[in-house]
Amino acid sequence: MTVFALFFLVVGLGLIGWLTARARASRFATLGAGKRHSLPSQHGWYVALWTAAPALLFLAIWSAVSPSLATQEVLASPAAAELPAFGFQREAILSEARTLAEGNSFGAFNEEAKALAPAYAKAQSKYRWIGTALALLLAFAGGAYAFSRVSPMFRARTRVERTVMIALLLASLIAILTTVGIFVSLLIESARFFSVVPLTDFLFGTHWSPQIIKSSDPGASLGAVPLFWGTFFIGAIIAMIVAIPFGLMSAIYLTQYAAPSVRKWMKPILEILAGVPTVVYGYFAALTVAPAVRDFAVSLGFTYASSESALAAGLVMGVMIIPFVSSMADDSIAAVPGAMRDGSLAMGATTSETISKVLLPAALPGVVAGILLAVSRAIGETMIVVMAASGAATITLNPFESATTVTKQIVDLLTGEAAFDSPKTLAAFALGLTLFLITFLLNIVALRVVKKYREAYE
Amino acid sequence: MTDTQAPNPVRVDQTEPATPKAATHIKMSARDVNVFYGATHAIKDVSIDVDMENVTAFIGPSGCGKSTFLRTLNRMNDTIPIAKVTGDITLDGEDIYSPQMDVVQLRARVGMVFQKPNPFPKSIYENVAYGPRIHGLAPNKGAMDQIVEQSLKRAGLWDEVKDRLHDSGTALSGGQQQRLCIARAIAVDPEVILMDEPCSALDPIATAKIEELIHALRGKYAIVIVTHNMQQAARVSQKTAFFHLGNLVEYGETSDIFTNPREERTKDYITGRYG
Repeated sequence: MTVFALFFLVVGLGLIGWLTARARASRFATLGAGKRHSLPSQHGWYVALWTAAPALLFLAIWSAVSPSLATQEVLASPAAAELPAFGFQREAILSEARTLAEGNSFGAFNEEAKALAPAYAKAQSKYRWIGTALALLLAFAGGAYAFSRVSPMFRARTRVERTVMIALLLASLIAILTTVGIFVSLLIESARFFSVVPLTDFLFGTHWSPQIIKSSDPGASLGAVPLFWGTFFIGAIIAMIVAIPFGLMSAIYLTQYAAPSVRKWMKPILEILAGVPTVVYGYFAALTVAPAVRDFAVSLGFTYASSESALAAGLVMGVMIIPFVSSMADDSIAAVPGAMRDGSLAMGATTSETISKVLLPAALPGVVAGILLAVSRAIGETMIVVMAASGAATITLNPFESATTVTKQIVDLLTGEAAFDSPKTLAAFALGLTLFLITFLLNIVALRVVKKYREAYE
Repeated sequence: MTDTQAPNPVRVDQTEPATPKAATHIKMSARDVNVFYGATHAIKDVSIDVDMENVTAFIGPSGCGKSTFLRTLNRMNDTIPIAKVTGDITLDGEDIYSPQMDVVQLRARVGMVFQKPNPFPKSIYENVAYGPRIHGLAPNKGAMDQIVEQSLKRAGLWDEVKDRLHDSGTALSGGQQQRLCIARAIAVDPEVILMDEPCSALDPIATAKIEELIHALRGKYAIVIVTHNMQQAARVSQKTAFFHLGNLVEYGETSDIFTNPREERTKDYITGRYG
């Protein structure tokens, strides 16, 4: 029996458990001196959970463990004696034998694999039967145990509620645990990198050329300062010069000036802009904006203007961020009590005086938090810079020159052909870790600012 | 309130003699004013004169339109897109809804204090200096200091805040905040001050202070106060207008309204039969 069929069998058993327990519970429902504690369907759920949950949990673990058990058994068999002792060849033969045994392949390159296939098939079917038997046994045992407890005074409701709570808790923990896992794996790979390249070389070195790494002194060409400068220049300066004024002004227009009918169609359009895939912005940056920026720079007299300029990537990134800044600013301006606005207008202030002197100062913490989140988004943004920014790491203040970013370099480092444990590849993890820490810090600061601000008005 | 309490417990301000009508100077005048909120007819054919010498109180049950009418006097209803005002309202004979009237100047002349104290999240000094600054009333720092001090003194707040003018205005107590808002309104030297239930969010002691302040300000400014508290109307005003369901039911000397109402509905309301 395949795992798939077994899964449905167990679920079916759970359903049967649900039906029988509910039927039984509904019979004694209102009898007796003490009234029943739980509804019949809650008894049903209790039995169904006891039937299906342990068996499914076992199945999940078993399908992860049993292949390696089968492999070990095959290796112990006499047919395995002729295998090469170690290495690539041995692995290839084993995996070929496995596919043969499962009937997914019709021929084999290695004769040894053919010889091993029957042994494999035998071991696999043996473990499959053991798994099936154990899962069914668990399902029946769990079901029987739960069914025996079904009685008028049994508190099935409380137990089912607790199971639901645990399931929800697990669901919410998955995102957190994944983040922790990512962080730990980054940390481990980065530690390997920093065992080869000194931390100070990486953090303060100004020369970045991962293509040419001297094995005697790998740190000399792995200085990340140009990358962080480029990231900062494109994401936090050029993009924000575009995004902050336009985002803020659009938020002010939408909250203070726009007639409700205008707001009704303008806000959704801005939100659609936020949903455009970044790769589309990337095309736009590389194919339309970058040549235009270069031509403009040439007309200004910068004859060596790059067609992968920092300005092109930054401009498009800024446009991408506008809806984000706008909606954050919109929220924080709308959160300023209407009484402030009325108070200012009643003093004879104009709408624009009211905005600049009362509403914006009051909304400032929220706006600042929004901008910090926008910066953290911009410096983590990848697709636009991969397509539009240059790979050359330079430290420049000229927006028409090329600049590169951390995310762009990570993509370049990992898509190359270098071995996975070379300093060049490992550098990607160190860059990732640093970027992670920076955006993490920005987000924490932003959230704290928002929280403080909320307290002030409630 | 029950029948037996009224009308006797109402203490009409007897310290000042009722001003002869001929001597009063009409500051604002409304004729056949109607206000619509979309399809709702909120104010129906209201005509009323507000004079310089007296404090005018608007009373009436919740939703009777007294606050709505108050807001037509400095065009605060302009900020509500669906509100529409018809009829004539004049300030010193000038139509305030005419295209020539600049709403910014109108509001500098007709100040307003709101139901809930709404100081800006700025310092006490900056709250009071806000109006003079936007209207360019103080040529230099010294003049501004003087305006701030004088306004705070008139609002009876100076002694309490003179040592912490640069603390946040929102850190004051509710009653102090409301007096700060009055100081803020006074600072632009308006001619009329509109107060929209200025004490409804305050405790009795803070309320008493605001009422004393209204007494002290009387005569310097034309004052219109909306209140749902009839004792307060009796204590602070010389003229009272009773609103009901968007109509102006009765308008006259406060002493007459409370002791000798002409209309049955006024009598029912001030004796607590409804409202």
